[in-house]
Amino acid sequence: MSIPKETLLHAYRTMKTIREFEERVNAEIMNGQIPGFTHLYTGQEANAVGVCAHLDESDTIISTHRGHGHCIAKGAEVSGMMKELFGSSEGLCKGKGGSMHVADIDKGILGANGIVAGGPPISVGSALAAKIRKNGKVAVSFSGDGSVNQGTCFEAMNMAVVLQAPAVFVIENNYYSEHTSINYAVGCDDLKARTEAFGFPVFVADGADFFAVHEAAGKAIAHARAGNGPAGVFAEQGRYHGHFVGDPQAYRAEGELEDLRENHCPLKNFRARMAETGELSEAELDAIDAEVMAEIEQSVTDAKAAARPTAEQVTEDVYIQYTATA
Amino acid sequence: MPEKTMRDAINEALHQAMEQDDSVFVIGEDVAGCSGSAGDVGAVGGVFGVTEGIYHRWPDRCIDTPISESAIVGAAAGAALVGMRPVAEIMFADFIGVCMDQIVNQMAKFRYMFGGKSRCPAVIRFSSGGGFSAAGQHSQAMYQVMTSFPGLKVVVPSNAYDAKGLMLSAIQDDDPVLFFEPKILYQETAEVPDEIYTIPFGEANFVREGDDVTVVAFGQMVPKAAAVIDALGEEGISCDLIDPRTTSPLDENAILESVEATGRLVIVDEAPPRCGLTADIAGLAADKAFSSLKAPIKQVSAPHSPTPFSPELEAAYLPDAEKITAAIKATLA
Ligand SMILES: Cc1ncc(C[n+]2csc(CCOP(=O)(O)OP(=O)(O)O)c2C)c(N)n1
Ligand SMILES: [Mg+2]
Repeated sequence: MSIPKETLLHAYRTMKTIREFEERVNAEIMNGQIPGFTHLYTGQEANAVGVCAHLDESDTIISTHRGHGHCIAKGAEVSGMMKELFGSSEGLCKGKGGSMHVADIDKGILGANGIVAGGPPISVGSALAAKIRKNGKVAVSFSGDGSVNQGTCFEAMNMAVVLQAPAVFVIENNYYSEHTSINYAVGCDDLKARTEAFGFPVFVADGADFFAVHEAAGKAIAHARAGNGPAGVFAEQGRYHGHFVGDPQAYRAEGELEDLRENHCPLKNFRARMAETGELSEAELDAIDAEVMAEIEQSVTDAKAAARPTAEQVTEDVYIQYTATA
Repeated sequence: MPEKTMRDAINEALHQAMEQDDSVFVIGEDVAGCSGSAGDVGAVGGVFGVTEGIYHRWPDRCIDTPISESAIVGAAAGAALVGMRPVAEIMFADFIGVCMDQIVNQMAKFRYMFGGKSRCPAVIRFSSGGGFSAAGQHSQAMYQVMTSFPGLKVVVPSNAYDAKGLMLSAIQDDDPVLFFEPKILYQETAEVPDEIYTIPFGEANFVREGDDVTVVAFGQMVPKAAAVIDALGEEGISCDLIDPRTTSPLDENAILESVEATGRLVIVDEAPPRCGLTADIAGLAADKAFSSLKAPIKQVSAPHSPTPFSPELEAAYLPDAEKITAAIKATLA
């Protein structure tokens, strides 16, 4: 099962874009340039990219509070996102939403989400629409290892089975929900089995390995697209940063972060695989790195220069139409 | 008297209540922190640090939970129904959206529906309100909504001193209490006694006393209104500033007596205006103090819009000194 060269190039570019976007956002938060609550996806790039490689613009995703990677992987414009994080009125959401609410409906991105497990029920709705319209589309929701303990997530999974909707539940186990370990918060020993008990197949992947995620997600998405009802992907991979910038990370074991960065890096793994198979050359990958760095740099320059919102804009976009006699 | 932050004042109240009464326990997401990890269990004490140190003293009574707000509130309600005094933390007031049923249809109504035969002495704590560029799902006040439900008591402290006394009252109270902590005030300090003390519910605090205008403000708007009133004092305008401290029960008498004396009323709240506290109190004054009024009542609130992310937008969204000043002056025009 070989992956076309174009797909490989795009996958690497997207993972690298997410990595550099997040690292730059981290730096800009420290510089005081980005306000609000921001959660970084660094380390988990292969999950978003491996899944979204199987989607086109009219398939939908719905994301989480840790949403930058999912949005970039689904095609959100980097400069529009950076402007949004900076709070510019030229941002993807006009500075109304910020990091936790990045969305691009035209690209099938139904939004990052500030409410843990706010997304899965909405994704079932998108999947149901695809089923009614018989258009072969799928709806993907991303959930963390903490999010899956929320009632809304259980309800969405069960209802997707009941409705036989083409909903794909991607569970990203990064081992923690804020400061709490999955070992504590998920009561059973086997989250995959618990998820499958809802009545759909779950495909497991090493989240540090793009190829593994790509394969598992391919199976899940094909299952849903073919009209067999929902499916799941379960990918394990730690995040490199704290839950938020400044998190003291008292929950980490000694050496855990170093091990993650050293031995569980989707970008390094991708490059190692390419060196082995020769599908992409080092020069090709280096060229992508340089282009991505330039793009991110440009996005920050643009975000700093972008228009700031004005007071009148506060009450715009609450409704499409709303009239009352004043 | 020692100066303490509002965060530390509430933390101290929790420690003292836990010392006094074995039936008190805290429960919520990361109220201990790091549970199940290879790291330092108990190191967090809530994302705002309000439950800090409790786990280390009472590991059995400081309970981390999965992310399951309905079950957290339900568990607090159920434990209270059988005689415990839980203090549950819901990290952000916005997450009431997830656990509304357990609060509104369950906990609030037990006593009434059961013919007065039950007690539910649960406290649910929330961080609340705007000012952090935290956008639409992490910035809402929410206390104005919850005030409309009979059966719930609703507390909104505006300073560290009140926060401690109100928390100790909340834990002793035999009814369910929702305790909204304006998160922008966590680091603000006041003189707070080390000893245990309580502040009764339904008793407003006169933060400033004056003759010309009555100003009623809630939560984070209290210090903002106080600063405005101090500045207006230089111009020879003097105001009563009333902080109701609890929105349910509400100290109607304090407000009405002040309005009868000044004849002018301005109400300030950070929440959007419809069906909110500013309208509620304007209605109270129009109904019961109409003949004393010398000028139209002025309401200062956020607009009818979700909370925006961008700092410029949020600054325009929240009531500020300029808007409060303009409203006070309008009643004198
Ligand atoms: C309803 C709700 N409860 C709590 C929170 C606070 N919160 C934000 S992220 C988070 C942890 C989520 O963990 P997980 O689902 O594993 O995602 P991760 O952060 O690890 O990507 C929590 C508790 C929230 N935003 N919404
Ligand atoms: Mg997690």
